[in-house]
Amino acid sequence: MSLQENRPTTRWQRVRDNDIVWSFIHSPGAVFAAAITLFAILACVFAPLIAPFDPFDPAQISLWDGKLPPAWIEGGQPQYLLGTDNQGRDMLSTILYGGRLSIMVGAAAVCLGMVLGVTLGVISGYVGGVTDAIIMRIADVQLTIPGILLAILINGIGRAFLPLELRQEFAVYVVILAIGLTDWPQFARVTRGATLVEANKEYVQAARIIGLPGWLIMLRHILPNTLRPVLVIATIGLALAIIAEATLSFLGQGIPPTTPSLGTLIRVGNDYLFSGLWWITLFPAIALVVLVFAVNLLGDWMRDALNPKLR
Amino acid sequence: MTELLKTNDLDVEFPTRRGTVRAARSVSLAVGPGEVVGLVGESGAGKSTIGNAIIDLLEAPGRVSAGSILFEGEELCGRSESEMRSIRGDRIGMIFQDPQTSLNPLMTIGAQLIETIEKTCDLRGSSAKTRAVELLEQVGITEALPRLAAYPHQFSGGMRQRVVIALALAGDPDLIIADEPTTALDVSIQAQILDLLKRLCRERDLGVIIVTHDIGVVASIADRVVVMYRGEVVETGDVAQVLGAPRHEYTKSLIAAVPRADGKLDRFSSVDYIEGNVEPFQRIDIQTHWLGQAQHERTSGNAIEVEKLELSFVLQKAIIKRNRKLVRAVADVSFEVKEGETFGLVGESGSGKSTVARLIAGLHRPDAGVIRVNGQDVSSSPRSGAARDARRAVQMIFQDPYSSLNARMRVIDIVAEPIRFYRTASNEAETRKIVGELLDHVGLGAQASLRYPHEFSGGQRQRISIARALASRPRILICDEPTSALDVSVQATILNLLKDLQQELGLTMLFISHDLPVVRQMCDRIAVMRHGSLCEVADAETLFSDPQHEYSRHLLDLMPRMDLLGKAEV
Repeated sequence: MSLQENRPTTRWQRVRDNDIVWSFIHSPGAVFAAAITLFAILACVFAPLIAPFDPFDPAQISLWDGKLPPAWIEGGQPQYLLGTDNQGRDMLSTILYGGRLSIMVGAAAVCLGMVLGVTLGVISGYVGGVTDAIIMRIADVQLTIPGILLAILINGIGRAFLPLELRQEFAVYVVILAIGLTDWPQFARVTRGATLVEANKEYVQAARIIGLPGWLIMLRHILPNTLRPVLVIATIGLALAIIAEATLSFLGQGIPPTTPSLGTLIRVGNDYLFSGLWWITLFPAIALVVLVFAVNLLGDWMRDALNPKLR
Repeated sequence: MTELLKTNDLDVEFPTRRGTVRAARSVSLAVGPGEVVGLVGESGAGKSTIGNAIIDLLEAPGRVSAGSILFEGEELCGRSESEMRSIRGDRIGMIFQDPQTSLNPLMTIGAQLIETIEKTCDLRGSSAKTRAVELLEQVGITEALPRLAAYPHQFSGGMRQRVVIALALAGDPDLIIADEPTTALDVSIQAQILDLLKRLCRERDLGVIIVTHDIGVVASIADRVVVMYRGEVVETGDVAQVLGAPRHEYTKSLIAAVPRADGKLDRFSSVDYIEGNVEPFQRIDIQTHWLGQAQHERTSGNAIEVEKLELSFVLQKAIIKRNRKLVRAVADVSFEVKEGETFGLVGESGSGKSTVARLIAGLHRPDAGVIRVNGQDVSSSPRSGAARDARRAVQMIFQDPYSSLNARMRVIDIVAEPIRFYRTASNEAETRKIVGELLDHVGLGAQASLRYPHEFSGGQRQRISIARALASRPRILICDEPTSALDVSVQATILNLLKDLQQELGLTMLFISHDLPVVRQMCDRIAVMRHGSLCEVADAETLFSDPQHEYSRHLLDLMPRMDLLGKAEV
């Protein structure tokens, strides 16, 4: 109809015309959340450039400066804006470096869980039968165990298999593996559901009649059409993975204190909380909450924007 | 005659962020008591919009921007929601297209009826129940009392639509607006529902507005017709006059495009009243083209042979075999399709005709029986190389143009998929050239190849599907209701395209449809199916002039009456 006439022409106009972009620009919550997330990610990625100190450089740490309160409190020093921890590391720098590790671990774990879950979900939904039953029963069993317990279990086994001298070095990868392996059933369930819907559509049947083999149909036809819901749970999953990492580290099961993540910082701070050194635990905790909240908000918006039924 | 409902210069617009769409422009129509007015037009003509505007149920952000709606002399425009609610149901009843979704699946029929009755009339308890039974009996449901306790899913589609009509009648309205009331139903049930509406209209002196795309429906029920085209009324008048001697060019071509059952034509007449005519595209010389290269070996044998085909679907799973509940979809079906002929498979929904097509295409495996394609058995070991090769000659066109194309692939990748997979072109440049030519040939134009499916209309998508099927260089084309989701005008052009392709390429075609006039125009031989088995196989002309089986006769009787259209011959 007359809609055809005023179609935008330049590339930027076309981007702005896109429904999802439009919905993004017109929802203040999403813009706010995206801004915070982007800010946090940039701050963490560029931590080496913007952080006033390097918490891994022993030359910059002096135990004499340990346990200093934030700059605006009596006894604080101006170069340590958010104070220092028990070892004399600048809190602001440590949070930036710690956030960097947390986001990195979270993203890697979600990617692992997503790849595993989506693959198994598509196979399960498309092949069906016994394969489907086996994969989904494994997922069901795994979902009956609380995620964090399972992550602790996998983490423990992973560490036990590593020789002692490598444990420190590989701790991060073990944590990624543990969270990723805990995460996959969510992805598998959602993808399987979407696959069951897509596999019955006529374009998939047309591909079967052409004679394409099953793996090609799954890869080229079904997978791209199931990614929307996956994107949503991946975003929310990122927030959950960051929390899972923090929880593991808090429990002393995750990242060792020498390479601080947000969780490790909170744990270290926790020991000093009753000595009145509240800043060691409070600031990393605020950073964690804000980051997770922003990512969740973004995921919520995305779920609504990508769901044609809610539009 | 006094008018029950009258609209004057009604404008409906939908403001969107991409500009305002004017869905209806200065529409004036009138309905008197005891009169059935048919509102016809193709999709996007604005006919449903008018129906919804009258009862103030326009989808957001639609609104009436000008004009007035007078109902029994009162203005309806600008009423508050609560005032409109008392008019809807109470004085104006509504019947929607899909009886599946207009009833609440979790409430019994009786509960839904009684709820509506209690809301609209001052009846309570047992008197409301008595009234519900009366209503059901009026719409032709026998043994109404025990059936009050039934849930919607226990009723068939036609029965459900009767219940919907009973619901619309519950408030004893003066006017009923029926939006495509029979589109989701089979022909035999369509006839019953239309009869019912007409009878109720006469008995109760009801005004009925029936919104439909189907000229056959209008011809069989309406007293007066309003023809809409792109939001405007192009013609209004008595049924006999409008259908018999249409004045407007659009009405003329629309009526001419309706497939006719009373004789065979060479081509479908297409609706030529389309603003901004499509320029004809370069058609390729099939014989020398890439497409024709695979066609040389031509035999005079049977392209498809089907012997004693059986297939059951599992309704209820169980590990022990005899505990499984099965439904027989196809039972003892045998027929053969000769090389180069068009074989029609007709039947009502649930008759198993699509299942047979899917079996032949290899989407299902038969429980028993043999399927041979070009003499090669493809059913007993479907994964063998020989069976796969034979199957490559079979391609299929699907019913729903919206789900038959992968929305995330460009048209070129959709059409090129079989060419790339089987490496039938020597290089990528040749592939692109072939895809362009195929798109030209199906009337879309090569420049369509870089766009995505959502940019195309239903008819255009169906052309993309056809191009994709051709890209496999098929010998056999299975068309499963290829036009039932399309408008009449588009249907005609797609059927012409299929006919042309069949002649040029000498394709064998298995054509599945519930639309008898279409089947008569397209097919050489026809098989009638019912409850999963074949009733009759006959030449098309023999079947239509002298049907042998009782069920075939029954089906033919139910065809929408087109005798009015007979006079429309130009």
